[in-house]
Amino acid sequence: MGSALKLVAQRVALGLLLLLLVSGLIFIGTQLLPGDVAQSILGQSATPEALANMRRDLGLNEPALTRYLSWLFNALQGDLGTALTNGQDIADSISGRMKNTLFLAFWAAIIAVPLAIFLGLLAVRYRDRWPDKMISAVTLASISIPEFLIGYVIMYVVGVKLRWFPSVAMINDGMSLGEKLSSIAMPVMVLTLVVLAHMMRMTRAAILNVMQSAYIETAELKGLNRFQVIFRHAFPNSVAPIVNVVMLNLAYLVVGVVVIEVVFTYPGMGQYLVDHVAKRDVPVVQACGLLFAAVYIGLNMVADIVSILSNPRLRHPK
Amino acid sequence: MSRIPVAAAVGLFFTALYFLAAIFAPLLAPYGVAEVVGDVWEPSSATHWLGTDNIGRDLLTRLIYGGRTTIFIATTATILSFTTGATLGFLAAVLGGWADQVMSRAIDLLMSIPTLIFALVVLSVMPVTLPVLILVMGLLDSTRVYRLARAVAVDINVMDYVEAAKLRGEGRVWIIFREILPNALSPLVAEMGLRFIFMVLFVSTLSFLGLGVQPPAADWGGIVKENKDGIVYGIPAALLPAVAIATLAISVNLVADWILNRTTSLKGGRG
Amino acid sequence: MSDAMLEMRDLRIGATAYPPGEPPQDIEIVHGISFTLQKGKVLGLIGESGAGKSTIGLAALGYGRGGVKITGGEVWINGRDILKGGLRGLRKLRGAEVTYVAQSAAAAFNPAKKLMEQVIEAAVHHNRCSKSEAEARAVELFAKLGLPDPETFGNRYPHQVSGGQLQRAMTALALCPQPDLVVFDEPTTALDVTTQIEVLAAIKEAIRDTGVAALYITHDLAVVAQVSDDIMVLRDGDKVEYGPTDQIINAPQEDYTRALVSVRSINHEEKSPTPDPVLRVSGISARYKGTSFDVLHDISVDLHPGQTLAVVGESGSGKSTLARVITGLLPPSKGEIEFSGRTLSPALEGRPREDLRELQMIYQMADVAMNPRQTVGTIIGRPLEFYFNMRGAEKRQRIKELLEEIEMGDGFLDRYPAELSGGQKQRVCIARALAAKPKMIICDEVTSALDPLVADGILKLLLNLQKIEGVAYLFITHDLATVRAIADSIAVMHRGKVVRYGPKSQVLSPPFDDYTDLLLSSVPEMKLGWLEEVIAHRKMESAGN
Repeated sequence: MGSALKLVAQRVALGLLLLLLVSGLIFIGTQLLPGDVAQSILGQSATPEALANMRRDLGLNEPALTRYLSWLFNALQGDLGTALTNGQDIADSISGRMKNTLFLAFWAAIIAVPLAIFLGLLAVRYRDRWPDKMISAVTLASISIPEFLIGYVIMYVVGVKLRWFPSVAMINDGMSLGEKLSSIAMPVMVLTLVVLAHMMRMTRAAILNVMQSAYIETAELKGLNRFQVIFRHAFPNSVAPIVNVVMLNLAYLVVGVVVIEVVFTYPGMGQYLVDHVAKRDVPVVQACGLLFAAVYIGLNMVADIVSILSNPRLRHPK
Repeated sequence: MSRIPVAAAVGLFFTALYFLAAIFAPLLAPYGVAEVVGDVWEPSSATHWLGTDNIGRDLLTRLIYGGRTTIFIATTATILSFTTGATLGFLAAVLGGWADQVMSRAIDLLMSIPTLIFALVVLSVMPVTLPVLILVMGLLDSTRVYRLARAVAVDINVMDYVEAAKLRGEGRVWIIFREILPNALSPLVAEMGLRFIFMVLFVSTLSFLGLGVQPPAADWGGIVKENKDGIVYGIPAALLPAVAIATLAISVNLVADWILNRTTSLKGGRG
Repeated sequence: MSDAMLEMRDLRIGATAYPPGEPPQDIEIVHGISFTLQKGKVLGLIGESGAGKSTIGLAALGYGRGGVKITGGEVWINGRDILKGGLRGLRKLRGAEVTYVAQSAAAAFNPAKKLMEQVIEAAVHHNRCSKSEAEARAVELFAKLGLPDPETFGNRYPHQVSGGQLQRAMTALALCPQPDLVVFDEPTTALDVTTQIEVLAAIKEAIRDTGVAALYITHDLAVVAQVSDDIMVLRDGDKVEYGPTDQIINAPQEDYTRALVSVRSINHEEKSPTPDPVLRVSGISARYKGTSFDVLHDISVDLHPGQTLAVVGESGSGKSTLARVITGLLPPSKGEIEFSGRTLSPALEGRPREDLRELQMIYQMADVAMNPRQTVGTIIGRPLEFYFNMRGAEKRQRIKELLEEIEMGDGFLDRYPAELSGGQKQRVCIARALAAKPKMIICDEVTSALDPLVADGILKLLLNLQKIEGVAYLFITHDLATVRAIADSIAVMHRGKVVRYGPKSQVLSPPFDDYTDLLLSSVPEMKLGWLEEVIAHRKMESAGN
């Protein structure tokens, strides 16, 4: 068990280091590139005095390292600064939107993950027959279709033509869970479709990979039936790859959310980020970028940790 | 070459069609790209085959010019991404040692941020112009090409035939261009198709979010954005460019699939 | 018919072939095989790759690997045709009446489960006994098969035990449900020769004690001669010869069987050393980059012009590492290499082109030793271009000569490696080495991946070329029969050291050191009762100590 724990600890440390480096990268990306924040805010017609004042107020005259460190320390304490455009506290604005985004992503994951694994198993069970081929075709189509097309097609068909759900996914704290769910039904549908094909295909590949192992043949030659072979012998070895697939796709979901929120004008993090990129509100962009990256890095880390923990060679060293 | 499967033929046909339309856009388009020629969201008619857009421009014209912009950006960004990624990836594999370590860890870092988020962060401070877009897209995507190129080259580099060439006394140039490259080509070419599709989707997404190609220039993602408000009134104008994106992407995918299958089944593949 | 436990009648097996660039085709790979196996008897199925021996073995369980299907004939086990019972019937049979031992036990065990759980699974699943009975039986089998700590052996995971132990555990897995028939599919092929003999003896004893019938599949006639009562020789899915082991080994009727029996019996007259060796390795020690222990310790050997030095050892003995040191791929940490009277630079980069030309190398896996995107002409032509600056017609003429030398016509000039057979690929590699007009060629296990008859052809070619060209070989191998066939002098390696070195006649004659004795006595001999003799001899010796 010792070596596995050590590896996990190393992986966590690596995750934290990555996050630190990423924060630096985001900071450099927004501060040191040729654009000038003050200029962006005030526009081309700003007077030199106004620019100078703005720079001073923003702390732009301090050395970059000082600014980075103070930004980082504040961020660690939950202070993400204030938005340039409306002067509001970013942490306050984000927390509500974060909740909405997680609510949306959560329901999409709840539906997509079991469905994808089930369909992936189905594809393996009926390998090279029509269910498998159909899944392949759908996958090909889905990696070629932009998320917003799926979004608008569903909005057009389900929302506008069939009128089952509202086209705009408004959500607020006053709504009951049922109302909220009905409101996010369409974005959830789209997000599910966006990750489903990919996850299905990767699940299929992961299980097929295991099913081609010699020990599966051994199990079949013991006279076990197909269910027993899969459940007793394939499944214990498929957990790690499947968790990996799920985590990678959840990470992908995080990105997909950005576009889908814009399509359905859903009040989440993605919408918030895109709005403020357009307004060149750098502190907000930094904060959102950091949070998205943290979620992404975290999910990838979980995937790696699960594969470390489920590796029998590491769990039971010689 | 003798038999082309139906799927690949369809893919080839549409890919060629789109590229030709992009090249000859000014000849093909019935109206000017920014020319207001009718009412808002006119349905399709003999004069406007696909109807008009949100401010009364001919939608077919917009689509043809939009395709030109989208395909141009995607193509140049793919070329940039490929040259950078493949060169660095091959170098890392052949040099090995600390050069490989430094490059690979830097790429790991870049890839730990989702591409779209990274692009948004950078575009929030950079002026959104065509060269900037192409540069940002190409460089961010080159990380993936780097990984593939390096992995493929590392695999080939340990083959006995490469060792045999080294023992013969061959120089680095021979080894890269005569031993490694010919064997790395087919996975890379297939990947090129996928990268191109990704670029099309990427630039469309950015434009759709309002952070890509700026109006009045047209590109497919931008046309979706301009016409998206029509959807709630039941006007499908926004779906057309999205369908164009999807068909182009699927066609390229079919072609890439075919190339990959063809080259790997030929001569027993690599090793 | 009463005692027949397995009977195959006109068994036909088909598969789907995927010729490149053409639609898939159905082909027949086993063409009407019939035989009967009595209770408690062992039938050896022998043949080269593609003979269909494993396919026939799996047919006894009604199983076809990857798209292989039984297309005709009958398989009778215990008085019923198992092909008539459907998949349900087959599942009752598999793991109960008939069990299977795979070639690679390392892959055949589930890495996520303890050995005991896997060994008793079939017995418990088929209700042949209770879980505790099965466990007791497994422990008994572990003990019988000579596994360490039989009581607790089953608590380990597959990766925690050695390859030889795993192969024995696989045998325990097959015997635990008390089947009537076990199919052994090349159970010792992947093992080192000293491990092979132990596993072979354990399997033989287990078969005898349990009274089970067995199909024993292998490509090694000497091995099968030790365990089987009858032998069937197969070639390309057809029966060549079928008879009692004694007759097949001592009085083979068919040419093909005779060739198999007399394989590895090339006799090579030993040449005496010359005063000036072409290669002199003195006091070489080496370690891998970033490690702190030597994998080679103080190696000193000589190779004389026009002669063959065989470096023999099991996996991990350091024999291939020695080749890497000599080629300059792994510079030694100590010692010196002299070649043609001059001291070689330790690292490849420091060697002049002339040194590289005169010291060529041939690899074990010919398919990965040739660039799949180059034609045979390009592959052989490159050294001509590179070392002798040959171009055009002159080069083409020389390539044709070389193709003649390796007994292949110039029709192969424009072929790609993938279009050649295994033996032809290795010949092209030999031609590439010869093209440089070397003084010495390092041959690294060049025949190990080939079928015995093909390997024999390659060895004969190498000997012939040595006579004509006067080239010296440093021949690295694990196979003592090959060593006997071609060596002038021999170096036996064990754990990074040369434990015995000298002219062939001397190295292969007693008195032996312990390791060489073990190694030599472990090589299966083409005679009946050899295994018993060796085991009895070893028991006596260990009792005497």
